This record gives sequence, C-alpha cells and structure tokens, in this order.
Amino acid sequence: MALALDLVQASAPDEVTGYRSFTLGAFVLSRDAYFATIDWPAKGQRHIHKMPVDYFLRAMMRDVAWGFFYGWVNFDHIFGTRNLYGTVEMYAGRYNEGYHQAGLSYVETFDEPVIMATFKEILADWVNAGFDPFAAPEETSTSVFGKKNGSNPEAIERTRLNTQRMPGVAGDSPLRDEQKYPINRHFSDVSQEEPEVHAEPGFEGQLSAFNLFKYLSRSDVTWNPSVTGVCKASLACPTTEEFILPVFHGNDRVEWFIQLSDHIVWDVQDKETGRPRAMITMRAGDVAAMPADIRHQGYSPKRSMLFVWENASPGLPELYESGKLPVYPVEF
Amino acid sequence: MADYTTIFGSLEHYQQGEAEIISGNVKHYAFSNIFAVASKSAPYEKVVVGKNLEYVIEAVRAEGTSPWFACSHDEFVIDMDGEVTIEFVKLENPNAVAPRDREGTVAVSGTPAGKRMGTVTLKRGHQALLPAGAAYRFIAARPGVLIMQTIFGALSVEKWAEICMQPQEEGVLA
Repeated sequence: MALALDLVQASAPDEVTGYRSFTLGAFVLSRDAYFATIDWPAKGQRHIHKMPVDYFLRAMMRDVAWGFFYGWVNFDHIFGTRNLYGTVEMYAGRYNEGYHQAGLSYVETFDEPVIMATFKEILADWVNAGFDPFAAPEETSTSVFGKKNGSNPEAIERTRLNTQRMPGVAGDSPLRDEQKYPINRHFSDVSQEEPEVHAEPGFEGQLSAFNLFKYLSRSDVTWNPSVTGVCKASLACPTTEEFILPVFHGNDRVEWFIQLSDHIVWDVQDKETGRPRAMITMRAGDVAAMPADIRHQGYSPKRSMLFVWENASPGLPELYESGKLPVYPVEF
Repeated sequence: MADYTTIFGSLEHYQQGEAEIISGNVKHYAFSNIFAVASKSAPYEKVVVGKNLEYVIEAVRAEGTSPWFACSHDEFVIDMDGEVTIEFVKLENPNAVAPRDREGTVAVSGTPAGKRMGTVTLKRGHQALLPAGAAYRFIAARPGVLIMQTIFGALSVEKWAEICMQPQEEGVLA
C-alpha cells in the first residue's frame, strides 16, 4: 500500500480554499467551497463536469467502502468507476448517451491500489470535521461546504466487518455493541428482544441466532451493506437506507432486493445509456431483481431496512457480458 | 409531532409496491411479495422468490410442525412474521442424509438419528443459522412467514407466473 500511496499525485493546498487537487492519469479532480470538478481530455480539449461536493463525497465514500463494488458505480450521470477486479476504469461521459455519441467521453484504467489510494487521499483532504459522508443529511453537519476545516478520519475509516458465516457465531464477526451503536432515531420502535437459544449439554455454542432487525436498527451508516449470511457464494448483505443512494449502481450481475421494512423507490435506467427503464416502489415484504443490464438509484424517505442479496461467484461479469447468461434472472 | 413508525409486513397486513414501467417488461424484475406468497402457500412449502443461478431465497409459510429437514451446507432463516421454534438434531451420519454433493434442503425420512442439540425460538426479525450436519424442524403455533437463504434443491418450488407481478398489474396505486 505504501507503494500505491507514493503514486498519489496531489497538488499543494489551494491558497484560498485550502484543498488539494488530485491527478489520476489524464483526469484532474478538484473541489472548491461547493463543488467537485472533474476535468478530462477529449477531442483535443479539456472538459469539465461539476457535482455538488457533498454528493460527490458520499458517492466516493461508498466506492471506497465497497471496494469498487460489483460493476459500475456512477457518481452521477457523467462520472464514475467500473470494477474490473484488479483494475478499475474511471470514466467521464462514457455511460451518458449524449456525451459518448458526441465523442466527448473519456475512460482510463488504473491498477486498483493506485485509484483506491488516490480516492482515500481525496476523502482525507476534502471531508471536513463534522461531516460524515455515510450519514443521512439530517444526521450530519453542513461543514462539508466552505473552506477546508479540519478532517474526520473516524467517519471515513470505518472498518468493514469480514463475516464468514453469520454475525454472533463463535469465532465470527461480532454483534453490534449497544453502547457503541445506539438505536437510530428512525428505529426507536424496533424490538431489541433477542432470540431464545437453548443448547443441550455438549452443544453449547453450536446453535446460533440473533436479532437481525436490532442489528440493523443500530447501524451507524446508510447505503452500506454488511454481510450477515454466507451460503457458499450467496451473500446476504442487509443495510439501512435513508435519503438517496449516493450512486447509480450499474449491475455486472443480477442483484436482488428484499424490502424488510418501510419503502424505497428505485429509479431504474439503462446501464449503457442512462435512458429511463422503470420506477419500482418496494414495500415491506417485496422482492425484486435488478437485472444485469440496468443501473439503479434508491430513494428512502424514512430510514428503512433493505436485504441486498448478492452472488459473489467469480467470472459472472464475463458470462453476462458475453451473453452466456441471460441478463434477467428467471423466465416465466 | 409523532415519532417515526417502522412499517413491517405480516400475513394479516401487507401492501405490495408498484411498478411503473417506462421501457421493458415488469417480468424482468420478478417482483413479488413474501407475505402474498406465504398467504397462498401450503405449510412449509419452499417457494422460490429470489434466484441467482443455483442460489435461492425461499418464502416459507410456517404453520404447525414441519417435517425434518437437513442440508449439506449452512442455510439461514429469518423470521418475518410470527413466532417459530426450531428443534435441532446432530446427525449421526450427515453424509447419508444430506450427501456432500447434493445442494439445497433435503427431507429427512422419519425421525433423524442423532443427539438433540437444543432449540431456538425466533420472533419477527430474528435470524438463525441452520448449520450443515444438523437436522431441523419448525414448530409454529400460529401461521407465520420465514425467508430462507439456501441453494436450489429438490424441495424448492418455482411458480414465478403465479407469484410475480404481471404486465397488466403495472402502475402506481392511487
């Protein structure tokens, strides 16, 4: 990692705002008091795209926390990353029909450690004290705007738990500590009662159960799945959602959602062009697939519980891309 | 102003969401609701509501005492409505009951041979591990709903056309 960190190209702090600019290949990423600016070359000129900096940092935080996730992480309709598992594409305009057809899109591929190290340095420099990019807007401050004002390493360096089977199982990831993780204000009515486990003598520690809804009610992050069930390559990744999924996730495989509580509205678009495909409202108990040829962004007006279900089998992106697997999960 | 209320579904009260299709077909999303599925299922029928190649999520109506089940790999169950007790038996010869090369839940004939491991009682929102090498059965005094994370097996039931939203059902509810 030290080698990748050495390859991060950062400017001196801006004399007025105090923020550094970062260069990744031919891209230049900078911020001011309100906006992140992405600058790239196309058709012999430089082009720029601006995003509200809070949206940009929430998206970048997810990209880092998810390890570039499965497939495409569109920060918005112009800029994003595509995980090639070992390398990562960074693009501007490539998955925007207008930009791409005009020849104004640009894609560059980076070794994963280099882009990861650069993104982490951007977060370290651009996230001010008091702003938590994992939090819902109501839960954090507006200190993200304005001149550089300290940093918030506790927020951006949360450790992702590595669950082997299920949280709480002997030797596996721990359940959420009640002192460290208070119940979220939107889940104050969620039962905290634990399951009853009665093991016969000699089988202590071999039976395991936990209150998943309690676990989720104490999540201190939004739109950041954590694994709670591992059945070979089948990963249960429930998460709590509030406000907007900060990215349009473009699927490189079929993904499934089960709405555990409340509701989320999904804006579904064509993965390649961004053309609208559907608006899906999922309520408690609803199950829906996200096909392998779409991108999606969710809107959750109240903090809700979502069971994200992933298939981590290796080689799936190639099978879908080559047409060897249908992009839709079932035929009927 | 009142506090927020968290809305969960149940067999008695659920409302399926809506799909507004702009391009394509609502069938591409295999859009169903576990409570609607369980309301029409036989007790302990394992109806596939999510399928990702060999992996499945099944919706199960818990009612009365189930047959005994076993599996060659870990499975997981989440109680989504009602109360259910799970009895576990450590199988004397797990490979004879659920061979390692056979995936998904298998039915156990009669009473499983092995020592009683104990019980787990789940209420809404509780999740339990159904460990490889153990037989288990469910006991529910009143109808409830479970979801299971497992692999497609001989007991998995697919009836997508019956459970999923069809094109004529699209639209936003008033």
